[in-house]
Formats: sequence, structure tokens, C-alpha cells
Amino acid sequence: MADGTPDPDALVRARGLSKRFDDFVAVDGIDFEVRQGEVFGFLGPNGAGKTSTMRMISCVSPSTGGELSVLHLDPDTDGPAIRSRIGVVPQEDNLDTELSVWDNFIVYGRYFGLPRTVLRERAQELLEFARLTDRRDDRVDPLSGGMKRRLTIARALINDPDLVLLDEPTTGLDPQARHLLWDRLYGLKRRGVTLIITTHYMDEAEQLCDRLVVMDQGRIVDEGSPRQLIDRHVTPEVVELRFADPADQEAALGTAGEAAERIEVLADRLLLYTRDAQATHHALAVRGVEPLTELTRRASLEDVFLALTGRTLEE
Amino acid sequence: MGMTQSVWRALERELLVFVRTWRGSAFTAIVQPVLFLLAMGIGLGDLVDQGAGTARVQVDYLQFVAPGLLAASALLAVAGEALWGVMGGVKWMGQFKGMVATPMTPGDVYGGLVLSAGVRAGAAAVAFLAVAALLGGVPSLWAPLAIVAAVLLAIVTMAGLAAYAVRKEDDSTFPLIMRLGVIPMFLFSGTFFPVEQLPDLVQPIAVLSPLWHGVEVARDATTGAVDAWTVVHAGVLAALAAAVVPLGVRGFERRLTP
Repeated sequence: MADGTPDPDALVRARGLSKRFDDFVAVDGIDFEVRQGEVFGFLGPNGAGKTSTMRMISCVSPSTGGELSVLHLDPDTDGPAIRSRIGVVPQEDNLDTELSVWDNFIVYGRYFGLPRTVLRERAQELLEFARLTDRRDDRVDPLSGGMKRRLTIARALINDPDLVLLDEPTTGLDPQARHLLWDRLYGLKRRGVTLIITTHYMDEAEQLCDRLVVMDQGRIVDEGSPRQLIDRHVTPEVVELRFADPADQEAALGTAGEAAERIEVLADRLLLYTRDAQATHHALAVRGVEPLTELTRRASLEDVFLALTGRTLEE
Repeated sequence: MGMTQSVWRALERELLVFVRTWRGSAFTAIVQPVLFLLAMGIGLGDLVDQGAGTARVQVDYLQFVAPGLLAASALLAVAGEALWGVMGGVKWMGQFKGMVATPMTPGDVYGGLVLSAGVRAGAAAVAFLAVAALLGGVPSLWAPLAIVAAVLLAIVTMAGLAAYAVRKEDDSTFPLIMRLGVIPMFLFSGTFFPVEQLPDLVQPIAVLSPLWHGVEVARDATTGAVDAWTVVHAGVLAALAAAVVPLGVRGFERRLTP
């Protein structure tokens, strides 16, 4: 879609896809394609329509407008056939908490109609994948949040899916658990599994996604690789200025703006977009702007989102 | 994958949970009715049998109350599970949402619940009948037919209450259902005394009680009074189940695949 030509091999294709609940429009006519083997991301704040989109792709929520094909099939008529080939990791774990880790694999696998002999073999592999081998016979209830999340992801792989959908996979996890999960997801990517991820963590999207769409209020506001989006919407470097009090920030606004290509004003800091941070620092010093702290960093998807949704001052 | 096969897979899950947690549910399903049988059938029954005999009970009180308890315990064992179990599955633990992310449909999930209620009530009825028989509460060889009553009643209860619970956002009305619906039904459906003992005005209400039909089938069976009415009562339960199942399927679809 980036170059405008539809990819005939796209695993997921949406045209004008919409989801309406009574008066509320959750997804408002979006177009996207997910290609074989890529990690595709939906990036956006809570309420942007990411989860509704994921639920339509995973055939548990019928669309109310537009076209959608998943694995070259129609969700309206081929729901069970599509679901048999995808793995779904929902935002909230929905494990069988009364059962053991092992039973969770077996029971879930039976829903796909897989024979027990196959399931035992896969469950053993997935226990290792989830690093839960020593918790095999424990009930799910007392496991930590990170362990439950890994189990939910591993369980979603029991049918050896062609496509895995992960809705906010690392929300609520501590940094260590997140990195372990990312590592597992890289592993899947290396095996050629196509992944669709929703996240409101910009760093997660940047780390994991080959390509992503930025969603806001049910619409797609842009799409591309993290690098493309950054190049397209923001400068490579950002200088962040923090001031002792809001009045100082207000006073510095005009002069600081002259030291950069573009400026974003946040409640607690100014963001100066520049191609040359050194020059910006120099220009600030020359103009006598003296912030409390002056920090230089690379531009991120966070900046892209800010630029695209324009929630702060006009550019 | 055919419809029947996937319902069977949902049933497999329910039965596995049962096998893993049977100690808790066995109390409600078997131990509790046996305690009632001892207290009512033997303790109270001695008094009843020595009484003036105006009540239209043709058999020992133990033999009268045993089938009543058999049917009633199917209702009691299933009711709580249908209400809070369904809320857990669609909301608190959400495992039903996980199920419909597979080739399973909401109807399969519901079907598995309804069938497992039948299977478990059937198993509990076998155990209860054995104990009741040992105590001399089951005079007829038709008695195994009473298991059918328990199974049908469990199916109707699960089908109806699950269809109700799945439409609710939370469990705030469930205690009310138990106090004003299930418990009065348990007490006034011919379980402990014939409905003819009820005031004339109230009697027709008993006809609306699924438990009454279940008790009639069970009692006809264990006392050997099987006739056309037995079939009618069983038919009413089957018809009730057939009537509520489509409501349940639709409710599960709306809740799980909005």
C-alpha cells in the first residue's frame, strides 16, 4: 500500500473497514495490508480503534462496513476456517485459571481439533518457549503477570498459526518481563510467522515493527516503517528544554523557535526539532536562552505521533 | 469441523475442569442432598409416617422425599454455576473469550456448558440413587429413569440461567435470582410435600416450575408409578430446553462476538 499498488499476496487486506457500535464509530473506514512474514503494527492511544480492528481481523467481531480479507478468506463466511490458522493474544489474559499450565495447552489445542499426541509434543515445546517448564503442573492462578502473559502467547501458538495477533502484548509488565517477551516475539519473526501488534508504547513499535500504521480516533493517519515515518514527519534530532517555571518557558518560546526547524510546546517542556543539535545548542546560547535542562535525543515515533495528531500547538 | 464435534470439545473442557475441581462441586451435588435425605427422609420421615395420615403420601416419607431431593439437587447444583460460572467465563476470567478465538463458536461454548450440566447431574444422580437405595428409599426397579429427570432438569436450568447471565454486565441480580427464584422453587415444587398441600390459588404456579416436572418424573420412576403423565412431564422439560436454547445461543453470540 505504501507504493499504492495492492499486494495480491497480502495476508490481511482491509478497504474502508469500519466498526460501529450504535452511535459510536470505533473504526472509521481504514485501508491497510499486512504482508507475509512481516511484523505489522497498529500504533495509537487508547480508544484509537486498534482493539476493534484486531477483533475484526481475528473474526470475533463482524465489521459493519468496508471489505476485509484474512488469509485470503472472508471473515463473514469463513470465520472458523480463519480462526483455525491464526493465534490470538488478547489485551487481557483469558487463561483457564482453574487448570494447570499444561492443561491450558491441551484444552486450548483441543478447540482446534488437534489430536492429543500432537498436542503433547507441541505443549512441551511451547513450555520451553514460554520458559515455564518448571511450572508445568502448577495452576495458572498464582503465576506472575509476566508468566501468565508468556503462557497466553505460547498458548496462542498451539495450532502453529500462520498469523499471530497480539493486542498490547506487554502492557502492565515490568521492563525485564517486556524484554523477555520481545525476545520471544523476535524468535517468532525469525521463524517467518507474520505478526500483527497493537501498542501504545512507541519504543515497542519502533523495536518490533517492520511497518506500522498510526491510528487516531478510528482513522489511520499515516503508515510506513518506523524510519520512514520519522524521516517523513520529524527531523533526526530533538532538543528538549525544561524550564524552572512555566513563565520562563513562555518567555523563551519565541527565541528558542528560531534555533530549530520546528517546535512543539508541551506542558512541561519545549521540543525543538533540528537536523543539527550542536547548532541548535549554539543558537540557544547565542540568544541567551537558559533552560534548567537541555537534552538531546534522536527523534522517535513519539514525535511522529505528536506531529501527526497535532494535539499540541500548531507546527 | 462439524457443530457436534466442536460442542464435544467444549464439553471436554468442562469435564476436565470438573475432574480437576470435583471435590468442591461433589459437596453440592452429592453430599448435601444425602444430608437432606438423612435429615428429612429418616429424621422427619419417622414423624410424618406416624402422623394422622391426612397427607396424600402413599409411600414411606423417605421414599417420597428421595426422588424430590434427587431432582431438586440437580437444580441447586447447576443454578449457581450457571449464573456465576457464566459471568466468570465471559468477564472475570474470560476463558470463553479465549475459546471463541479458536474455531469454536459462541454456540459451541454454550452447548458445552449445557451438556456438561447434564452429564454432571447424571453422575450425581447415580451416586445419590445408590445411597438412597441403600437406605431403602427407592422401592421400584424403574428408578434409573429418575436419572433422566435429573439430567433434563440440569439441562433446562443451565440453558435458561446461562442465557440470562450472559446478558448481564455484572452479578448484582444473581443473589436475587437465587433467593426469589431458585430457593422458593426448591421448597414448593413437590420436593418435600405434594403440591396439593399448597393453597388452591398457589397450586397452578407449581405447574410453571421446571422442578415440579422433574420431581414428578423422578418420583414416578422411583416409586414405580410410571405412566403417560411421566412422559408428559419429561416432555415439558425437553420443550422448555428447546425453547430457551436459541435464546442462549443468541445471548452468547452477542456477548462474545459483538
